[in-house]
Amino acid sequence: MSDANCVDLAIVGSGPVGMAAAIAARRHGLKVAVVDEQPAPGGQIYRDVETADAGRGAILGADYVAGRSLAEAFRESGASYYPSATVWRLASDGLSWSAPAGGGEIAAERILVAGGAMERPFPVKGWTLPGVMTAGAAQILLKSEGVVADDAVFIGCGPLLALVACQYLNAGVRIRAILDTTPPQNRMAALPHLPRALAAPGMLAKGVGMLARIAASPVAVSRRVESVELMGEGHLAAVRWRDPQGSHEIETERAFLHQGIIPNLNMTMAAGCRHVWDERQLAFRPETDVFGRTSLAWLLSAGDGAGIAGAKTAALSGEIAAHAVAYDLERLDTPSFEAATRLPLNARRRELALRPFLDALYRPAQGMRVPEDDDVVVCRCEEVRRGEIARAVAEGCPGPNQLKSFTRAGMGPCQGRLCGHTVVETIAALTGAAPEAVGYYRSRMPVKPVTVGEIAGLSFENNLREKSHG
Amino acid sequence: MFRRLETGARGRVTVNVDGRPVEMEEGANLAAALLEAGFSPFRTTPASGAPREPYCMMGVCFDCLAIVDNVPNRQTCLERVRAGMTVEIQDGAAAVAKAEEEL
Ligand code: FES
Repeated sequence: MSDANCVDLAIVGSGPVGMAAAIAARRHGLKVAVVDEQPAPGGQIYRDVETADAGRGAILGADYVAGRSLAEAFRESGASYYPSATVWRLASDGLSWSAPAGGGEIAAERILVAGGAMERPFPVKGWTLPGVMTAGAAQILLKSEGVVADDAVFIGCGPLLALVACQYLNAGVRIRAILDTTPPQNRMAALPHLPRALAAPGMLAKGVGMLARIAASPVAVSRRVESVELMGEGHLAAVRWRDPQGSHEIETERAFLHQGIIPNLNMTMAAGCRHVWDERQLAFRPETDVFGRTSLAWLLSAGDGAGIAGAKTAALSGEIAAHAVAYDLERLDTPSFEAATRLPLNARRRELALRPFLDALYRPAQGMRVPEDDDVVVCRCEEVRRGEIARAVAEGCPGPNQLKSFTRAGMGPCQGRLCGHTVVETIAALTGAAPEAVGYYRSRMPVKPVTVGEIAGLSFENNLREKSHG
Repeated sequence: MFRRLETGARGRVTVNVDGRPVEMEEGANLAAALLEAGFSPFRTTPASGAPREPYCMMGVCFDCLAIVDNVPNRQTCLERVRAGMTVEIQDGAAAVAKAEEEL
């Protein structure tokens, strides 16, 4: 393998974690490679931040624009950067990636998975219909292309739903309605966490400002929504919902769904490090120490991919993880390590003050996570419905991995990303077992579907490389 | 319908979408440009033939798969518009048949 492909630290993902980690690791003189599926750095949170003009910046807000300086510093850091590259294997010796124009391998002493977050599945009737997408997807269309849809219905729970609605209002896009599924009892549950949250008054004020902006707009908001159904033949045509006032229906061709975000687990799961169920966030996450070290010596994970904490925290965690790698590889002595981590650890503690409050306030309703209607599609790829899962469990299927052979759930191209948490919680609800005991899909390599040709091409290329480098 | 807030400074190129020429901004996100062009559905599912369109726009759901430049199973939300590209609806059952043929 050529020298360029041997690094101290390989980073998967170039969102805030990956960029901040690369910058910090380079400062310690480490050789760094960053591999990311997207064509430009920024991750989802700062997607296309380098190319968004002032007009779009004004719509998206200051928090988004703040990503630009991070992207600049990352570009100048001297880390080798592989955009549009999908990692399909990672192990103690390094990783393999593929891209439309070829692929390769990177040997690494340490790998930092900075996989970020994805939106929690929102399995309701009709969620697979064309015309239905996530609120995050709507935001990506706005961020990266300035593409919007008028008269959409926003449905769900979580800060991102309100943020995207505000960004739509800023852009002068009409919103048909907002259906808020946040359970009313969440406010009481969040109250005990409020004093700590007040230690981060800036963030809290931003949230209150968003809600006030929506309340002052002409958009119709329905609260305490208890059930949602998306209807249409071949395309979304209407949304039906129930709230304490009764049952309602409106026509619409677009719906944006959201139930919060969860760690994107495929990389860490495939790597095989230990994961734990986080009851506060209702999701699995890799078990890490404060520096991001997982149960595997060669693997670290930081940012939302290791537990949802937001973009600012993610950048700090990336930096902290890079210091830890430098220390573990003996490029930093103990006093310098302690000195380097003191400030970011303190800053992160301040940022995290708001988290328990947010997690409690926006805890998604059971009925929006765990469908009870047998007709609801749980696995979008293989179109496995809730009823089939219930039947498999009744026939003795003990867990998610066995469910694959019972029903094919989790066997499609998304490799369980869009059904994993629903399957875990559905089995837990049916059997009375705790999600931790139910466990998650065991992911395998390749982490993402790659063609045999890509793998064959890779070994061919490596042979050539080995020959030319003797 | 999706619409673009502002027309960018990027050059316009022609993409062949299901047999008809469509003007798009070069370098634009392909899935976004296809949504704007009214391309629907992107694919049908192998299991039931149900129509699908982009759901996540970030590479996790695989509902944006289409046939791009004769290659099936391309995630259009991860591709950029290039001059002369062709895009076709991916018929789920046909894609499965083709994959089985190749095996
Ligand atoms: S829209 Fe989900 S993978 Fe492309």
